[in-house]
Order: sequence, then structure tokens, then C-alpha cells
Amino acid sequence: MSGSFNQVCFRTVGLPNPASLKTYRSVGGYEVLKRIITEKIPAAEIIAEIKLSGLRGRGGAGFPTGLKWTFMPRNYDGEKYLVCNSDEGEPGTFKDRDILRYNPHQIIEGMAIGAYTMGVKTAYNYIHGEIWAEYEIFERALDEARVAGLLGDNILGTDFTFNLYAHHGYGAYICGEETALIESIEGKKGQPRFKPPFPATYGVFGKPSTINNTETFASVPYILQHGGQNFLDLGVANSGGTKLFSISGHVEKPCNVEVNMGMPFPELLALAGGVWKGRKLKAVIPGGSSVPVVPADIMMQCTMDYDSIVKVGGSMLGAGSVIVMDETTDMVKTLDRLSYFYYEESCGQCTPCREGTGWLWRVVRRIAEGKGRMEDLDLLTDVSNNISGRTICALGDAAATPVLSFIKHFRPEFEYYIEHGRSMLKA
Amino acid sequence: MLKIEIDGKEIEAKAGTTIIEVADREGIPIPRFCYHKKLTVAANCRMCLVQIEKFGKPLPACATPVTDGMKIFTRSEFAVKAQKSVMEFLLINHPLDCPICDQGGECELQDIAVGYGGGASRYTEEKRVVLNKNIGSLISTDMTRCIQCTRCVRFLKEVGGMMELGMVGRGEHAEITAYVDKSVDSELSGNIIDLCPVGALTSKPFRYSARTWELTRRQGIAPHDGLGSPIEYHIKDNKVMRVLPREEEGVNECWISDRDRFSYEALSSPERLTKPMIKDHGNWVETDWQTALEFAASRIKAVVSNNSQELGVLVSPQSTMEEGYLAKKLAQGLNCGNVDHRLRQVDFTLDGKHLGTPWLGCTIADFAEIERVLVVGSNLRNEHPLLTHRLRHAVKNGAEVSLINALDDDPLMPIANKLIEVPSELVSLLAQVLKALVDLPKITRKLPDALDLSKIKPTASAQKIAESLAGFGQRVCVLEPRAGVFLGNMAQHHPRYAEIYSLAQTIATLSGASFGVLSEAANSVGANLADVLPEADALNARTMLEETRKAYLLVNVEPELDCHNAHLATAAMAKAECVVALTAFKSEALRDADVLLPIAPFSETSGTFMSMEGRVQAFAAAVKPLGECRPAWKVLRVLGNLLGVSGFDFDSSEQVSREMLNGKDAANCLNNQLSELPPINLQAASGSALQRVGEILLYQSDAIVRRAVPLQKTKHGGVLSAAMHGEQLKKLGLSAGAEVKLSQGNGSSHFKVSQDDRVPVGCVRLPAALKESVALGDLFGEIKLEAAR
Repeated sequence: MSGSFNQVCFRTVGLPNPASLKTYRSVGGYEVLKRIITEKIPAAEIIAEIKLSGLRGRGGAGFPTGLKWTFMPRNYDGEKYLVCNSDEGEPGTFKDRDILRYNPHQIIEGMAIGAYTMGVKTAYNYIHGEIWAEYEIFERALDEARVAGLLGDNILGTDFTFNLYAHHGYGAYICGEETALIESIEGKKGQPRFKPPFPATYGVFGKPSTINNTETFASVPYILQHGGQNFLDLGVANSGGTKLFSISGHVEKPCNVEVNMGMPFPELLALAGGVWKGRKLKAVIPGGSSVPVVPADIMMQCTMDYDSIVKVGGSMLGAGSVIVMDETTDMVKTLDRLSYFYYEESCGQCTPCREGTGWLWRVVRRIAEGKGRMEDLDLLTDVSNNISGRTICALGDAAATPVLSFIKHFRPEFEYYIEHGRSMLKA
Repeated sequence: MLKIEIDGKEIEAKAGTTIIEVADREGIPIPRFCYHKKLTVAANCRMCLVQIEKFGKPLPACATPVTDGMKIFTRSEFAVKAQKSVMEFLLINHPLDCPICDQGGECELQDIAVGYGGGASRYTEEKRVVLNKNIGSLISTDMTRCIQCTRCVRFLKEVGGMMELGMVGRGEHAEITAYVDKSVDSELSGNIIDLCPVGALTSKPFRYSARTWELTRRQGIAPHDGLGSPIEYHIKDNKVMRVLPREEEGVNECWISDRDRFSYEALSSPERLTKPMIKDHGNWVETDWQTALEFAASRIKAVVSNNSQELGVLVSPQSTMEEGYLAKKLAQGLNCGNVDHRLRQVDFTLDGKHLGTPWLGCTIADFAEIERVLVVGSNLRNEHPLLTHRLRHAVKNGAEVSLINALDDDPLMPIANKLIEVPSELVSLLAQVLKALVDLPKITRKLPDALDLSKIKPTASAQKIAESLAGFGQRVCVLEPRAGVFLGNMAQHHPRYAEIYSLAQTIATLSGASFGVLSEAANSVGANLADVLPEADALNARTMLEETRKAYLLVNVEPELDCHNAHLATAAMAKAECVVALTAFKSEALRDADVLLPIAPFSETSGTFMSMEGRVQAFAAAVKPLGECRPAWKVLRVLGNLLGVSGFDFDSSEQVSREMLNGKDAANCLNNQLSELPPINLQAASGSALQRVGEILLYQSDAIVRRAVPLQKTKHGGVLSAAMHGEQLKKLGLSAGAEVKLSQGNGSSHFKVSQDDRVPVGCVRLPAALKESVALGDLFGEIKLEAAR
């Protein structure tokens, strides 16, 4: 096995009382922030370090964080906002929850550094509505930080002022989309905005805003503590640093684990105890339910980094949410469940997604009920392609992807269902 | 200017414009549902997806700004495939009920489906069903047809000023709805019927009564407020089936108010008078025109031959210019100068001092561009529903609106400053603003000598209004603001209108603002210009009733509802020997008339209205007069002949209007200046007596709208009550729901009390123009309140 575990975002995991300020301080927490604001390290220097680290957005899109931070207008006269996207709601994703649970202060420090770098005074952490306990842990961490003078006016006696608020959603998947999240923060119905304008020019309350994922923010203190090069070297080309992987499904030990980028998939699988019950691997969704499914033989050749999963696996690293499926998995029923999720979570704002997700799900459900027609498979492909790339946000693409990839890789299973009215696995 | 290319055609476009704007300008068709040029961009229907060179995805034309060198393809295979796929999605859950849908034949979805829809549906699953909502008496809903374009939501929020509809639920369960159990009460609500691209929102009164292709379209002018919105009648079998707006950017843009849209329902009211009637020993008898006209002429003649000054002629400001002109000419021919159209005015001190016809003082287009506004004495949304939207729009663009009024009704826009006081304080409030203005160092113009403001002490609010008009602002200062001071209907009805007028005008002059009058009715300006006014030393609309005449000629007037003082009007009519009424309706208010001559209302006659901005708008009859009705200009012509007045041989209303204008350019006659300032009494102390605020409700403004049943059924139809501020109620020891006796002069009535904190302490808000309040007197002034026994 290569590298060590839980080195960056999970560095308090395993320590007693991991979410406490004391524990976080024991691993060097808030030292970077203190140095930056007391020594008044120039923003450009911080951004250069982040760029060097190769840190890419951990929410799934993988956009270079250092570059994103430069989009924020420098000399803007008025409020600017920073937002942490902890609205983790996609099937298979549960990594940010554990950062909130075990290492909330690292998020706070990362955000404070981001705020200092981009000249922001106010920030929000938008926490998914279905993880109430973690929301409370984060609120407690905020209280601790405020009492310790690490948040609020004139932090640590400097002229740096930064206020951070936790904001919990109510469980809508769409609110993880950054502009829907902004609408939700503003108290409106969570619906994505049309872009452009992007949040960096028109964000929270119409002001310039930057939104990063929880894991992204949590990586920042480590990078500035150990240097961008150190972080970069933890990973592989184009995928610097470590990555949290949430491994779920048919494994012996479903878990969250932070490993170095580029770990071969078989090693990652072994960390979760391998496929359960001694069964064979059938397929893996490597990055959360919105990325294409990858058949076992291809997946076993992938390494866990941005490039390999695209080039070898034909899928995406996404948020690092690895859903493992063993040989008994009914791919039609699996797709039925996934399609239902997107049908249920579409915000309903724009036509292709509102109408198309229901259409897709109903056809898949019909096939799963044994009432499929052979032309349904081409119809599903066509409808998926008609949704893809024509919607306001990426939820449309996310709904289309499972359908397209499941049919592409497991078409015979679908055909069997249609011909025999039941699964080939029970044949 | 940027150079772009759409479908191979090179086009210049301004930076910041969107593809759809450029395409629309160039006449390049791009299908769309959610986009509307007057609303914000939602980009949710995705129908306008187009191909753009170097982009892998199709982009919505409505939300994509043009960039230099952009190459756009609206009809390429790539674009059309995207458009067709969106069309398919829109249709899968849309019911195929076009044959029974009122929108059929004028449905955007249907029309675009012809070009972009498939021959058969690939969708074989269950279709969505959405429950209908009851949103009031004007709009019917078939929500299963809704395609969630949100035009209605955006209209009510952005134009109407209040978000009365919204989309609840997610995904396929998303639906448009009002707040729980609420109706849509906007006075502009009907426009969402036009905006709805499908049959989800249709007109309730029109529902199932005709198909669009059976309807003949004729043009007309809306007959209610002074905006003069151009309308289109849709006619079947000589009946107006519905009214829609015509587009005139400088007047109504593409909207009309509900009053203008639904008042046509009164045209087929059972109260329409279709045959002449004569009162015979107290009983109404139908008769023929000849008999009725001869009867009317002989009765008038009997009075005027004795003393020509015993005739009074009252013309509604909703009558056409031609009708007003002929009424005046008839009176003059009989040697009588007692003619007036200002039925709800009570202070005529300015008569003889106007240098021209009072008007808005600027065009409506200029009004919309205004930066600083002071509106005096206007319940804006009731009086001028659509014009108020222009103000709302201006505020959105940074304008500051200040209000001085006796009611604190919400005009649904942020108000910068307001002074809300009992009506008798209006003059003093204006004096304060004027004084504050004079004291601003920036103001260099001097006060007229006659005005001594040395004893006036402006309040902080008055100070702020003055500063706002002068260009200092809450947020933004403007060096030379486009400013305006406007007088609303309540100011015009005020017992000290002359003083209000001259103070407001002085404020405008000193601050460099334009000054104008928001004229009350469709033809208030026109009637003024046609000189439907008393001759010098003759009686005006008020004195004609105070000094009871022996004969009255009423054109389109229901005296107790249309005149300032209902009690006075009733008494005058009862006492008169002869009342000849030209009317479209059998009216209880005309019980004391002697002869009723059925005249054609606005849709059935030709004529001319002149709007508040001085736009002269002639129109032709849209339908033939109902029954035996005749256009009023013809009736007056015959009356003129029968009374032996010369110069009454007109063959057409155009001939009347040619003689009336006599080569004059109407625009040159508009002038708000006065030859001299009337005396202004700044000492007048208002007593502690309870005062009446007599407003005219939105749907009580004239005889037509009063009979439009669907409008009366709305929230604005209203339940009459005596509304007072909570503190006032406490002072009087009353609680809401209690019954009280209110009296003015000799008239009194019983009313239920209600609490309305928009009414200043010291006032009772009691609407006029309602049969329940006709026993009372002046719109303003002292009112006595006693506990009912």
C-alpha cells in the first residue's frame, strides 16, 4: 500500500475528542491562520501556494481551487461572501459529514484563510439538512472558535475580522448546486440560477461570492502548513494531495478513508475489507451516483485520481464516493433506484429535467416490473441525451448519466428483463 | 457596437443585449415560452436553445448575451434537435385537451408544436394531473396544462408589485399556486391571462363563450382612467366577448388594468337601457324615440323659455369629446352657460385662472423615466392602476417617490418619504415642503411675493421630501433630477384644491420639476379642452346642485354616485321639475328623472378621448348599439334640432370633432400654468371634529365599471364599512364590527365599523359612489359619529 492514511482532512481522526479545539490545536491547528494574519502574508502568496499544491475542488467538479480564488474581485467596494458547501446529498457521498464530525475546526481555519485571502468578512457553511448531529457539532466548534477569539472582530488582535455562520438546509439534493445553495441561503426556494453571471460576480445577495467544498477548505490549512509542494507530492500528476473516499455498497467494511491520490483501486477496495461475502465484484460507481458506472474488470485497472478514472475508467472521480456492487446486483433495479432519486430531487425549474427525469424513471420502473419493450432502451438513451447539456444546472446531466452508462455496460441485463419479464440473475 | 452573425446574416448589436433581443429586432424567429420582453429572464423553458459556434452545448437565446464575432445558428440541425427535444418534454405531460381548451387557436404551445412537435408521442406512461386553484372571479385555472414558465409569477412580482403566485413543490410535483386559499388580487391580474402561453390561466368571464377564430377584432380606447390604454374588442354576433390590450409602448406598453379588461361585462348587463322611457304619473313607460325626444325637448323648452339659467347640464368625464362638445353647444344655443364635467370637484376657485387645459404635464413615457416624484392626494392603485406600475418601475431603476395623502395605502413599491395626515392638513403639509425647499441653499428661484411662509416650520419628513425633489436622496444624489409633482384624484376632490394646486405647482417650479394632474377619467382632459365647462359667471358642477335648477340635462351621469356630494345631488334631482338623462343604464340613481334616453356606451359609439398626456384618440364603434340605443352625439344632435338650436346638422362624429377642434392643435392647448395665484390661507386651523375621507373605490369609478359583475366579485368590489385607525376606535370606545350612525348635514346612514390603521387618527374612511353611502354628503369635511341605536 502506498502512502499513509488520514493525513490531511482527517488528521484528528483517532485522537480523543477529535472535534475539540484542544485536539485540533494539538495537531498544529490555527497556527497557519495565526501566522498569516499576524505576519500579513500577501494574498498572492497564499494563492500561489494553493495553486502549487494542485488542490482541485473536492465537491466533484475538480476545478483548480487556487484559480477559483483569483476570480473574486479584489477591489470590490462592498460585501463579499465566502460559502462552504457541506450540502452533501448524493447517493454514495458521506465524506464531508465525517470532516464536520471529526475535524470541524480545520474547516473553520480553511475558511478563515480563504476569507483573509479574498478579503471577505462574512461566510456561511451550508450544511445538509439530513445530518443534524454534525450541524450541531459544527455550531459547537464555531462557539469554541468565537470564544477563543478565532472568529469575530479583530481576530487574535489583528485587524482581520471574519464572521462565520452555519446554515443548515432541509435535505434537498439540489441545494448542493452552488447557485441553488445561494438562493437557499437567501431564504428563497433552492433553485439553480442561470449562469453567467457566476457567483464570483453575482453570488450571495447579489454580491461577489466564492463557494468551495468542505474537503477543499479543510485541505487548505495543511497546504499552508506544509507547503504546496508537500501536498502536491502526496498525490500524482494532475491530482495533488490526498482524497477522502467514501466506500459503500457490497464491501465488508463500508468506510471513509483519506488516502493519497493515485492509489490503485484494488488497494482502496482492500481498505474496505474487499467485496463482501467472498463474492466477485460486478461494477463500481467511483464518484457518486451521478458519474458513469464502471464494470469490474475496467475498474480494477484504475488508480484513484482525476485522470485515471476518466481515461481508463470512462467515468469521473466526482466526490470520491465509491459504490461497490457485487455479482448479485440487479442492474435494472439499481438504475430504477437511482433514476427515482433524480426524479424526486429535480427542482422542476427547467423543462428537460422536470419532465425528463420522470419519464426516465417511469420507463426504467416499467422494465423492472417486467413490462418493458425492446424499443425502451433506445428511448431511454435518446431521452437521456435530450436532457443532457440542455438544462440550467448539472442535475439534468446527473440524471442522464446513470441511465446511459448502465445501458451501455449492462444492456444484456436490460434486454433479458424485457424479454423474460424478470432478472437474468434469477434465471 | 458588436458584430454578430445569426443564421449567416451579419448584424450589429449593442453589448449587453441578448441573442433573443437581437433576433426579435431582426425578425428572426426563435421559439420561446418563458421569455417575455417586459419580464426578467428565467431561462427555464429551454425552448429558445440555439447553436453557438465553438460551444458544445446549445445555449438559451434569452439568457445569452451577444459577444463580438459570435456566430449563432437558430435553425441548424443541432439547434432544431435541441428545440424539438424540449418541445417533446413540454408535451409529454401536457393534456391533449385542445378541443375543449379556451386557449385553443391562440395557444403558443399549440402554435410552436406545429413546427417543433412530433406527429405522435413517444410517451406512454402516466400523465401528471395538477389540481386547479381558485384564484378569484377573473381568472380560471386549468393547472394540468401549466408548463411552469413562471411568466405569471414574474408578472405579479415585477409589474403587479406583489408576489401573489409562486411555484411550490419540486420536479414534476412543482406547481404554480397562490398562498394557501388566497386569491390573486392585483388590479392588473388579467394580464397573466395574456401572458400564459398555454390554457392554464384563462379568462373566467369569457370561459367557454367563444373560440378565438370566431371573433372579430376591432380597436378601441379604454374608457376608465386617464391613461387611455388602447384596447382591442373581440366580438361575436355583435357582442363584445372580451377585451384585450393593444400594444402602445408610450401608453400601456402591452398591459391593461383589470378595470379596462373586464368592464365590458357591463355592456350586456341586464340593467342596460335599450328603449327610451318616460315617467308617466310616477311610472316608467317604454316609448319610441320620437315621443321621448319630443317630450324631452318640450320639457327643457318649457323651463328655458322662462329663464334659460334654470337649466343645468352635467356631463360625465367618461363621455367623448364630441358628446361633451355638443352638450355645451346645446346649452349655449339655449343661452345657458351652466355646463360642467368636473362632477367630483368641489373647489372651483381656479376657474378663469387656468392658462390652458390642465394635464399630466409630461408624456407618460417621460413619467416612466422620472427620478424624483411627489404625488399629492392620490390613492394610486385605485385611481391609476396601470400608471402606478410605471412609477413602480421607475423606483426599481432608482427613483424616489414621496407621497402626501390622507390615506396610507400601500402602492406596492418602496416609498422614500410620506406625509399622511387628516385631509384638512394637506395644504399645510404642502406649505411645509415648500418652505423646506425655499430654505435649501441649492434652490435659487424665488417664491412668489404673495406667499409668506415665514411662520411655517417644516417637519423632518417635509424637509426630506423637499430634499428628495431637489436631488438629494436617501441613497443616491442626482444633480439635476428629472422630477415631477403630481396631483391625484383625491387632491382634485379636495375642498381646497385651488390652494393645493398652486402650492404643488410652486413646489414644482422651485425644484425644477414638471407639474401635472393625474386626470381622473378617460376624457377629463378632453372634456376640458372641448370646453365642457361653465361660462364665466355661470354655475359649475357644485353650484348647479346647491342652487337647484328647474331642469337638468344629464349625459352619462348617475348623480348620487358620480357627484361630489351625493346628498346634494339627490336633493337637487328630486326638486327639479325636469330631468332629462342620456344614459346607457336603467339606474336607481335616475329615479327622479323624467325621461331616459338610451345611449350607446364606449363600445357602441364613435368618438374621441383625450388622455392625461394629451393624446387625442379617436375610435369607431366596435359593435352596433344594443336594442334601440343611439350614440349620444346623435341624440344631442336631434335634441339640438328639436330645440331649434342652429348649427346642429352633423352627419358624423368626425364632423363634430372637426368643428370642435376647428383646426386647433390639441397639444398646444395643454397648459397647467395659472394667470394668478389664488389666495392661500396658511392660518386655517383644522378643528378637532372627525373628518371624512371619501374615496372612490377601484371598481366604483363610473357607471360602466359599477355594473361589471366579475369585477364587483373581486376583493376590490369591497364591503362598505366605516374604517378608522385603531387608536381612533379606542378613543371612541368602539370595536370593529360595531354599528354606528354617521351623518353629514341632513343625511345619515348606519355603518359597521372596521379597523384600518392606514387611516389617520381623526378620520373616518368612507367610500362614496356606493348606494350604501348616498345619504351622506361631501367626500371630505366634518362627519358626525354616533352610536347606533
